[in-house]
Amino acid sequence: MEEKKRKLSMVVFSGDMDKLMAAFIIGTGAAASNMDVTMFFTFWGLRALKKPVNTGKGFFGKMLGLMYGGDIRKAGPSKFNFYGMGRWMFKKMMAGKGVLSMVEFRNLALELGIKFYPCSMSMDVLEIEDKDFIKEAQPSVGVGFFIAEALESQITLFI
Amino acid sequence: MAEDIKVDLELDLKGLLCPLPMVRVSQNIGKVSVGGIIKAIATDPGSLADIPSWAKSTGNEVIKSEKVEKDLIFYIKRVK
Repeated sequence: MEEKKRKLSMVVFSGDMDKLMAAFIIGTGAAASNMDVTMFFTFWGLRALKKPVNTGKGFFGKMLGLMYGGDIRKAGPSKFNFYGMGRWMFKKMMAGKGVLSMVEFRNLALELGIKFYPCSMSMDVLEIEDKDFIKEAQPSVGVGFFIAEALESQITLFI
Repeated sequence: MAEDIKVDLELDLKGLLCPLPMVRVSQNIGKVSVGGIIKAIATDPGSLADIPSWAKSTGNEVIKSEKVEKDLIFYIKRVK
């Protein structure tokens, strides 16, 4: 009787607010439609899992941590960010219309059982460590893990 | 004939935007027994397409939907 659940696997490459929002909307929609959902966060997308801490070990890593610092709340739109003005405006507009904030979207995803996996290779490059992530993040994985998940999925996306 | 539908659970989804109406329906469908009916009242025009699509994806059924002023009302039957 037990039906095997259908599956969605997603690579989240972007750390832009608008693209992260699309990723979370599709992810939560799929989870609500009774699918298993796995989200792999790589490169700029790692921001979505970060705590608001300074990252980096070496000089360049620390510089990057400063320039690209902050957690998911610091994610700006891919267009019209204007050094944070755009982010501020979008947040106002979204809140006014009753759209969830990025943190609320992430919490909803967790509530629906979506699994978040950080990519270990981009963590290495950007000098971000496991301790820099929210506690709900899964242990870091590589591309082999994603391929295995994608092979079992009916839907795969790259955002 | 809306009077004839026996509603087991009513959900107020007014003001919620995508994807929340379908998420809330999915979170509550388990609260009625198989064959039970949820009456969901949404205002997001997207839910006109989303709720029936959700039902199709999950194997449930929208037995009736209607628009009353700005309210979009769905009667959703838990099939399994």
